[in-house]
Amino acid sequence: MEKSTFDLRAFIQKYTMIIALVVVVVFFSIITGGKLILPQNISNLIAQNAYVFVLAVGMLLAILTGGNIDLSVGSVVCFVGAIGGKMMSEQKLPVIVAIIAMLIIGTAVGAWQAFWIAYIHIPPFITTLAGMLMFRGLSNIVLNGLTISPMPDSYLALFNSFIPDPFGVKGFNIMCMIIATIAIVIYVALWFKGRMEKIKKGYEVPKMSSDLTKVILICALILAIMIQLARYKGIPSYLIWVLVCVLVYGYITANTTTGRYFYAVGGNQKAAQLSGIDTKKVFFLAYTNLGFLSAVAAMITIARLNSANPTAGDGYEMDAIGSCFIGGASAYGGTGTVSGVVIGATLMGVINMGMNIAGVDANWQKVVKGAVLLAAVIFDVVSKRKSS
Amino acid sequence: MAKILLEMKNITKTFPGVKALDNVNLKVEEGEIHALVGENGAGKSTLMNVLSGIYPYGSYTGDIIYDGEVCKFNKIKDSESKGIVIIHQELALVPYMTIAENMYLGNERGKNIKIDWTETFGESDKYLRQVGLSESSHTLIKDIGVGKQQLVEIAKALAKNAKLLILDEPTSSLNENESKALLDLLLGFKKQGMTSIIISHKLNEIAYVADRITVIRDGSTIETLDKKKDDCSEDHIIQGMVGRELTDRFPKREPHIGDIMMEVKNWTVYHPVYSGRKVDDNVNINVRKGEIVGIAGLQGAGRTELAMSIFGKSYGTNISGDLMINGKKVELKNIKDAISHKVAYVTEDRKGNGLILSNPITINTTLANLGAISTKKLGVIDFDKEYAVSVDYKNKLKTKCPTVMQNVGNLSGGNMQKVLLAKWMFAEPDIMILDEPTRGIDVGAKYEIYCIMNNLVAEGKSVIMISSELPELLGMSDRIYVMNEGKIVGEVSRAEATQELIMSYILKSSKKKIEA
Repeated sequence: MEKSTFDLRAFIQKYTMIIALVVVVVFFSIITGGKLILPQNISNLIAQNAYVFVLAVGMLLAILTGGNIDLSVGSVVCFVGAIGGKMMSEQKLPVIVAIIAMLIIGTAVGAWQAFWIAYIHIPPFITTLAGMLMFRGLSNIVLNGLTISPMPDSYLALFNSFIPDPFGVKGFNIMCMIIATIAIVIYVALWFKGRMEKIKKGYEVPKMSSDLTKVILICALILAIMIQLARYKGIPSYLIWVLVCVLVYGYITANTTTGRYFYAVGGNQKAAQLSGIDTKKVFFLAYTNLGFLSAVAAMITIARLNSANPTAGDGYEMDAIGSCFIGGASAYGGTGTVSGVVIGATLMGVINMGMNIAGVDANWQKVVKGAVLLAAVIFDVVSKRKSS
Repeated sequence: MAKILLEMKNITKTFPGVKALDNVNLKVEEGEIHALVGENGAGKSTLMNVLSGIYPYGSYTGDIIYDGEVCKFNKIKDSESKGIVIIHQELALVPYMTIAENMYLGNERGKNIKIDWTETFGESDKYLRQVGLSESSHTLIKDIGVGKQQLVEIAKALAKNAKLLILDEPTSSLNENESKALLDLLLGFKKQGMTSIIISHKLNEIAYVADRITVIRDGSTIETLDKKKDDCSEDHIIQGMVGRELTDRFPKREPHIGDIMMEVKNWTVYHPVYSGRKVDDNVNINVRKGEIVGIAGLQGAGRTELAMSIFGKSYGTNISGDLMINGKKVELKNIKDAISHKVAYVTEDRKGNGLILSNPITINTTLANLGAISTKKLGVIDFDKEYAVSVDYKNKLKTKCPTVMQNVGNLSGGNMQKVLLAKWMFAEPDIMILDEPTRGIDVGAKYEIYCIMNNLVAEGKSVIMISSELPELLGMSDRIYVMNEGKIVGEVSRAEATQELIMSYILKSSKKKIEA
């Protein structure tokens, strides 16, 4: 008996966030009488939170460098969105021109702030607080305080639509299931290849039973989500953009030297510096990249609202920061993963939506979200203190 | 015999794994200046921390008897209320506050919540005159020099009604005139009945002011000398400080010394913050292939600063001088440059500057040479290679750990040091600068580190070892440079090197100061 209780504790510690997510999903499913997991709500969950995933992934890189946050992302989203909206809706410029312009402007804004932070050592909090004010003001100036709409159809087709289904079965999206099958096959193949390689080289591998359980659970989850999406309108284009961001940045952080530098700088900046890592460049990259991803989030936002307005993006920075910390990023930097952030953002999204469906008062919603954030960070700090 | 003001009886203090103080006895008479001497790490500062309550009652054994009563200090405030005031080597002043604010920091004048500024500035001025400063107490600390700051610390102590003043290396950052003035001030206080304890490396200064001298070595009291009765010659004191037996603690090595690998010429470095202060002054050193060169010196001699300024200018400003590697003049603009020129610097502060404690051994091992385990263009890391490399070094250096996925923070000091060495060996340097490579690790691990050093030079690499432990320098080095106050003050070969000779180089160079 002794041994099995020990295993349980280790299990809980390793998968705390996933367990918390499952508990929250089950809780709200019951409270809302199953409405939370209706096909339409699953689809909406993705659409509503797409910007959070994109921004949170960028925010993670900044937080990794030492718990540094960026308060300006919401305003930058609004600013970039305003310019993009103006180009497409008022000046009728081609969509592709507007998209490229938005990405360039976002990156430039990021580089502007990153320069002060990395090379002049202005504290990120101050720099981005200034940015938050400046770019909110500039958005208003660009828009003249008005809302611009609508966006061109070709733009909405890219960002606010569903992947077309050529099969046309009513009430069930076949394309969705085809993509699901391909995704599962690729995932299983990659897992199997990796496992075989490890065995071939004589490395330790987890027990087949536990490894297989994990794979089956993940495949089941993919399948379940995709079936629900198929029962609604199919795969929302938001999901594609989110997946691209998550996969690309997940790979960079976990598998490349550049990603390793972010962790090293946050883990021990002096040691990183003395190991020949250009720590200033790492800070510069983190905040420049946040500008770039803010532009991506801006594209998603103006597509979803089908307009550019001066209040868009308000509070986005808090969603992104909250997702990172709930997802296990350390407030002191050096730890945190993209997958953790994805879970954190999902958890926030589910709580939001669950409370909305359950009709919880908006003020109480804020109280609950704040409490969840505080609890997550307390958990991180306390568990770290115990282990050290 | 005068009245005994302070007696510390059988003080023993242990840190995890180390006995810092072992039955130390210290008696200080009222109205005397008592000097405490010993090598780095002998336990002087620990003893004073016990006395002042930084290490609270109960964390050590033994008794402190002050003014006839047994004292149990739990915090600094307790000892200060009795009139025991310690002035640390590192000045504890806030640069952007006025002299007066600093003097009464934590000891504010006034009633309830209101600070009485009139009294604060007025009293401060009074004490400032006592220590011979003409500055207004409204002056900001950052606007006065280090020498005057040291005097402000003393004025601050006086403001606390000090009866027993403890000064830890008070003249280490002062020039000759300032040092002399400070010592004269102490002599003046003595006439007024003040008791002082002075910790110093500078034997000439001690000879100048001290009535009695207590020598501490390896956490034990060796002897207390009375200037009137005993032999207080420098030779006698030095012998007391270093008199350790050299046993067979060092692995044997046949030196195969080749051509000059690296040469540093006229190297001068200024302090990064106080840009007027020279940290290294016209240093000339060289190291040959297959040679271990030691650098001896006291803390603050400028050894670490020298090493780091060579290592890609990672310390200091206004660095001038020439650096030759393999006979070619090179400039190492940054650390990346240094690593690509096959220079490595293994820091003395492995936890603070060396390792990422929250990361596993694998990540730490490869951090300085990630290029070797990743693709050229995109920098995709080959985790299998990283794992293999880490295991390889773990076996080579006999690092004790369950797996290389273990977080470095959970390792012992000796094993951490091995991971740090592995990291730099993996960067494949030709010249390795080791800064205090065996600090704070146990004897067995030390021996293994020495073996690693021997293997490095056997491969034709060059090793520069900075160490504050003279026996280790003597046991390992082919040649030893002696540094003091930023200058090379001596160079001794393996054959002629003794602890006494090295200590005398250091002490004699310090002496020139006060005689001038």
